[in-house]
Amino acid sequence: MLPVEITVNGEARHAAVDARRTLADFLREECALTGTHLGCEHGVCGACTVLLDGEAVRSCLLFAVQADGAEVTTIEGLGGPDGALSPVQDAFREEHGLQCGFCTPGFVVSVTALLAENPRPSEPEIRDALSGNLCRCTGYQGIIRAVQRAAGASE
Amino acid sequence: MSASTAGRFVGQSVKRREDPRLLTGHGQYVDDIALPGMLHCTFVRSDVARGRIVRVDTSAARAVAGVTAVLTASDLNPHAGTMQPTLVMAMPGAPLRPLADGDVRFVGEPIVLIVAESRYVAEDAAELVEVDIDVEPPVIDVERALDDGMPIVHPELGTNLGGEMEFPVSPELEALLQGDNVVRRTFRQQRHTPVPMETRGIVVAYEPAGGAIHAWMSTQNPHEAKQAIARVTGVPAHLVRVEAHDVGGGFGQKFFTPREELTVALAARRLGRTLKWIEDRRENLIASNHARADVAHCTFALDTDGRLLGTYIDHIEDAGSFPVGATGGAGQLVGLLFTGPYKCPLASLRTRAVWTNTCGRGAYRGPWMFETVAREQMVDAAARQIGIDPLEWRRRNVLASAELPYTLPTGLPLDMVSPAETLEQAAEIIGYDAFRAEQRRVFAEEGRLIGIGLGLYVEPSTGMMDPMGTETAVVRVDPNGQVTVSLGTGSHGQGIETTMAQVVAEELGIEFDDVTIVQGDSAVTAYGRGTGGSGTAVIAGNSCRNACAIVRAKAIEIAAHLMEAAPDDLEIVDSAISVRGTPTRSVAFAEVARIAYLETARLPEGMEVGLEATATFKAPPFSWSNACHACTVEVDRATGVVSILRYVVSEDCGVMINPMIVEGQVAGGVVQGIGGALYEHFVYDDDGNPLTTTFMDYLLPTATEVPTIEYGHVETPSPTPGGHKGMGEGGAIGSPPAIFNAVADALALVGATIDHTPLSPEVVLLALG
Repeated sequence: MLPVEITVNGEARHAAVDARRTLADFLREECALTGTHLGCEHGVCGACTVLLDGEAVRSCLLFAVQADGAEVTTIEGLGGPDGALSPVQDAFREEHGLQCGFCTPGFVVSVTALLAENPRPSEPEIRDALSGNLCRCTGYQGIIRAVQRAAGASE
Repeated sequence: MSASTAGRFVGQSVKRREDPRLLTGHGQYVDDIALPGMLHCTFVRSDVARGRIVRVDTSAARAVAGVTAVLTASDLNPHAGTMQPTLVMAMPGAPLRPLADGDVRFVGEPIVLIVAESRYVAEDAAELVEVDIDVEPPVIDVERALDDGMPIVHPELGTNLGGEMEFPVSPELEALLQGDNVVRRTFRQQRHTPVPMETRGIVVAYEPAGGAIHAWMSTQNPHEAKQAIARVTGVPAHLVRVEAHDVGGGFGQKFFTPREELTVALAARRLGRTLKWIEDRRENLIASNHARADVAHCTFALDTDGRLLGTYIDHIEDAGSFPVGATGGAGQLVGLLFTGPYKCPLASLRTRAVWTNTCGRGAYRGPWMFETVAREQMVDAAARQIGIDPLEWRRRNVLASAELPYTLPTGLPLDMVSPAETLEQAAEIIGYDAFRAEQRRVFAEEGRLIGIGLGLYVEPSTGMMDPMGTETAVVRVDPNGQVTVSLGTGSHGQGIETTMAQVVAEELGIEFDDVTIVQGDSAVTAYGRGTGGSGTAVIAGNSCRNACAIVRAKAIEIAAHLMEAAPDDLEIVDSAISVRGTPTRSVAFAEVARIAYLETARLPEGMEVGLEATATFKAPPFSWSNACHACTVEVDRATGVVSILRYVVSEDCGVMINPMIVEGQVAGGVVQGIGGALYEHFVYDDDGNPLTTTFMDYLLPTATEVPTIEYGHVETPSPTPGGHKGMGEGGAIGSPPAIFNAVADALALVGATIDHTPLSPEVVLLALG
């Protein structure tokens, strides 16, 4: 077991973890933050996307020990403490960008990272940025509209 | 939505009530459930398609620290009750079993169940299980499975023919089919699979002292799961409770209760422990259920103007080894619906479900949709063969509203549909004629291949087979006037908490925010059909309506008594019960509710206390919806890559409850169909080894491949109280042939032809020669 200190959604977490424990399992089980979902566990579907020091990463492909000393933001850390939705979350609701909701945390985190880097993406840029996240319900229609809406709101 | 049918809530794009929790990571999916003492499961699966199990050595696995149990067939199978679902309990099917016993019948069949303190330890132990199998030649090619001398998938059954339906060919039809003016084609649709983003899973607690099972599952159908778990484990059904909170997609895969979930429930019962099993993606791809593996030899007989005189379809569906649900898929509907929305006096068919040593077939969004694939692709082939435009062929043959009701040549009654209207609307939105001119121009001037395709269909939501046609709603008004509705549904993305609240608020004349929907828990909802088969709007919606009618009548009766008015003069508007035309004479709905519980002396003499009703709705045998899909594509002659340029859906699902959700359902289905037409292919080699076991090999559409979908709506109310129709599956039915036809249309410019999907670059390049 290896000691780690990871700041998750602003809160310092000290834990001892197996070297092989994934960051996703650490977040879901040790931190009880079950909003990070596992859809493939081989780095394609993007449901497990979290922010690691502000950058979108796949938490199924990282070990918890690799996040030692880092700041992690999960879907639970994006909205307000009173339950208020972030602009991206709100845009997903307004534009029907989710149905079953399983892929949604990964999309919301990916879009949050995209808009931080590129506040006004073109539609091809949006589609390209979303290509690392799979959704099986929406046909991506509402998701693309949601990104456009959130980008407009951030202007 | 026409002004005549839009209500305060019904017909409005109300934002979904589910969304805030799902958007903030507070949904509760099955893997989010953690219970005290919970152990974790994994399966050891066969890596051989067919063979005798010679030896299973679990000793090393048992010795791993943290392993609680290693179970094989002898530990579980003798204790298992029937694994057949309620719907097809009386029908012959595959010899289902918890764990492989003596032999294996497909790659991925579970052989051993490991139970350990963590998933990590369970998988360590699984790697130490030694399984020796004498490999035998498998049955993989469904078109050869019925040949003489082929091995038999299920020796108990003695045949690879799992089911067959055949209509005799009349002499009149026979003469037409042998005539000169016929079109014959064979079409093949590749095996693919639903792929919900959340895999399957179960957490199941058995508490020996009380003898009860409590399970949490990723299921579309908690009541069926309860019944199935009771049958398999032997625990009486009233001591089994199944909950499904948030479910991460299903598309049919989670409608029945699959083998692994039942096996884990049985293990929990035998061990007296709380177990969790969460399927991994590889398991979901190779061993959950497959779909869409179809072949059909089709014949159209035409008159000299291209009008349809008779059809014949000879259909084979690959049922795999252990289907989930009905034997095979829905081959009978493929045959019965083959003529679809077209006038045709004569038809005959043969359809066969065939066993192979592959993953079993199961429901997937429009399980019978190959009738539309085969027919619509035949239509374009026929139009090209006789030299008319496919749109013109459809105009000559499509059923007009004035010709309804119409009895299909197979005997099914068709009514309250609008195929001709949706055909014209889709053609107009996409600019069909202008595209034709553009197509000629870009081919002539630039040599580019662009094409246009249509997919026209009618979709039956059937309530014929019990328990598929019935739902029960309990509408319970609290003493403060707020309403809790319980339903046996299992929402997995449809937004039922929103749409059914819209229906109830509309019917009771109260606020949307005053209605809560409870579902997905067998202990607190009446027995119901679950969510699937495009049934919720019609069946659950009308059960809500029926229960609301009782509640409304009672509330009005109480108000009439309080106001000394005649009940017939009262109405409920904006949460107040008032005299029609005199809104100042009113009593709040909440006040009536309060009196019903807390001032019962003020109720009419003899009236039962409280304000609550239970009502059911039994669907008619068929509620038809319909749509026309139209799309344009470009085929890259150098690379074979197909790009979708525009995509239009004109649909008629009757009265829409929530247009935003209707369009969302259509879009999701369309994109699944795009996946099926262009990308998704579950591949086996000749030995039955799966070759597409990750998302790197099994290709799903991403945001970069899908077009912006454009919608048109036609509204023909169904003859049920709300006027709704089923529409969950349709998007996935119309899109594969629309895309196929568009690609075929583009390829026809250079004389190239196609006859199977997916239309991968390789297939397209081969067609282009």
